[in-house]
Amino acid sequence: MNRAMNRAISPAASRFALRVPSLETTAAWLLAIIWIFPLLYAIWAAFHPPAYMVRFDLFAPITLDNFANAWAQAPFARYYLNTFLLVTGVVLAQFVVCTLAAFAFARFPIPGRDVLFMLVLIQLFVFPEVLIVENYRIASGLGLVDTITGIGLPYVASAFGIFLLRQTFKTIPRELEEAARVEGCGWMAILLKVYVPLAKPTYLAYGLVSISHHWNNFLWPLVVTNSVESRPLTVGLGIFSAPETGVNWATVSAATLLSIAPLLVAFLLFQRQFVQSFLRAGIR
Amino acid sequence: MMIQNADRRMQIYGALLLLPAAVLLGTFAYLPTVATLINSFFLPGFRGAPPEFVGLENYAMLVEDRTFWRVARNNLIYALGTIPTSIALALGMALFVNARLPGRGFVRMAYFTPTILPMIAAANIWMFFYAPQIGLFNKLLGALGLSGVNWLGDPSVALTSVIVMTVWKEAGFFMIFYLAALQSIPPELKEASDLEGTSRWSFFWRVTFPLLMPTTLFVLINALINAVRVVDHLFILTKGGPNNATNLLLYYVYENAFSFFDRTYAATITVVILLVLAVVATLKFTVIDRRTHYQ
Repeated sequence: MNRAMNRAISPAASRFALRVPSLETTAAWLLAIIWIFPLLYAIWAAFHPPAYMVRFDLFAPITLDNFANAWAQAPFARYYLNTFLLVTGVVLAQFVVCTLAAFAFARFPIPGRDVLFMLVLIQLFVFPEVLIVENYRIASGLGLVDTITGIGLPYVASAFGIFLLRQTFKTIPRELEEAARVEGCGWMAILLKVYVPLAKPTYLAYGLVSISHHWNNFLWPLVVTNSVESRPLTVGLGIFSAPETGVNWATVSAATLLSIAPLLVAFLLFQRQFVQSFLRAGIR
Repeated sequence: MMIQNADRRMQIYGALLLLPAAVLLGTFAYLPTVATLINSFFLPGFRGAPPEFVGLENYAMLVEDRTFWRVARNNLIYALGTIPTSIALALGMALFVNARLPGRGFVRMAYFTPTILPMIAAANIWMFFYAPQIGLFNKLLGALGLSGVNWLGDPSVALTSVIVMTVWKEAGFFMIFYLAALQSIPPELKEASDLEGTSRWSFFWRVTFPLLMPTTLFVLINALINAVRVVDHLFILTKGGPNNATNLLLYYVYENAFSFFDRTYAATITVVILLVLAVVATLKFTVIDRRTHYQ
């Protein structure tokens, strides 16, 4: 309807005429505003004194006190460090372990390879957090309770990573491998000089997905940690903001923003890469 | 002989490459799965006594456990409440963002951003809306002269509140898959149907929607998995309450294992979750993968 009307107006006029947005545009924007509102609200609450939690006033004083309070009331610096160590460790270990396994699945004549691969794929459905009860016993048997290694280790052999890298490795022409072999490269050298460089986009995609997953992961880290020394941000935030602790809300908003800020900023800066990564990792 | 040797060497080399992943998967996926099954036939040994084999007693207890049935029902409602809604919204969002739209970049970002947040943070933010006295929703209702709703405390409303938050968190994630699929639909189809004067409505239902079917199935599988796997928000919003009105299976496992210290009963409930996941996996590998080919 609207489009027909717009077309009827002469091009010159329509350029200046104030167009009534179409029903679709309105709906799209309305939905966008609803969707972003909770986050904007958290930002509002974090930067204003607690009294302005539910009182909207454009001239409300802006303050950083809530952040200072949150920072003082819980060891967020330590939580940051833990999350940082966790995420880096997990992603690096995943890269190594999954690359080796994917290479084996893509290029080596292992007996029963397809059955083994199906076995690996089972882990796409049975996650460490579903098995918290037994994984906790195993972690405690290995002395890994309350360590950052204990949080990360169950996720290192990721079926998802093995799957993605195997798919990528399989698309790499064997001629490249032959060429490297003629130059005298062994298997390791071929993997590092031919396969890994050509799979860079997959590593980037998988890395970003894995970083966001482990930055945000909660249930298993909650179960396996019990001290400040090993708790990641999500668990620290969960404990800090549990309703029964009675911490005031403006402080909780500030703490929430503190824990999501690095990932959120990274996302806003590299939106395209993030979305592409999730897509690449998702479409199989 | 030589060739056989080379083959043998390749096999050993390949097996060695697999070894680290195999050890880790064995320790943290297969072993715990099997141990969960075994433990579901035992009672925990108290005060250092060895666990006692009780056969199917835990399962009999499960069938008798009214809380379990309530939790299972909740999880079903939770899945039915979140999955179709977030899929429909995701598709709508993708159609919006795929069309020519002023400020498209912002709109897309707004839809997708909740995906990046941890569930815990999302729950914290929604707590500001749902809280009974000072929450935003009740303040707004109050301003309109209406009495407030106990969004998380009223057993008849609480699960819906949890569902709404989950849909908000998930829809944007599914959107990107629809968006990618929409962009791969050849524009000639649209041009041809415009020439024939097909209405947009019937174009959507007869061309776009069927072409998006693989995406819908993919998203559905993911949504199903998430419906049993993600319970983080319950820790902040409701703790499964009031009176188990929002308790979900995995949260019930957590409670049994780490609050009631009934490890073997927790294992029994885990078996139920594993069965659900097995059904989802079978669905994926048989029904869905038969159509999409990858090598």
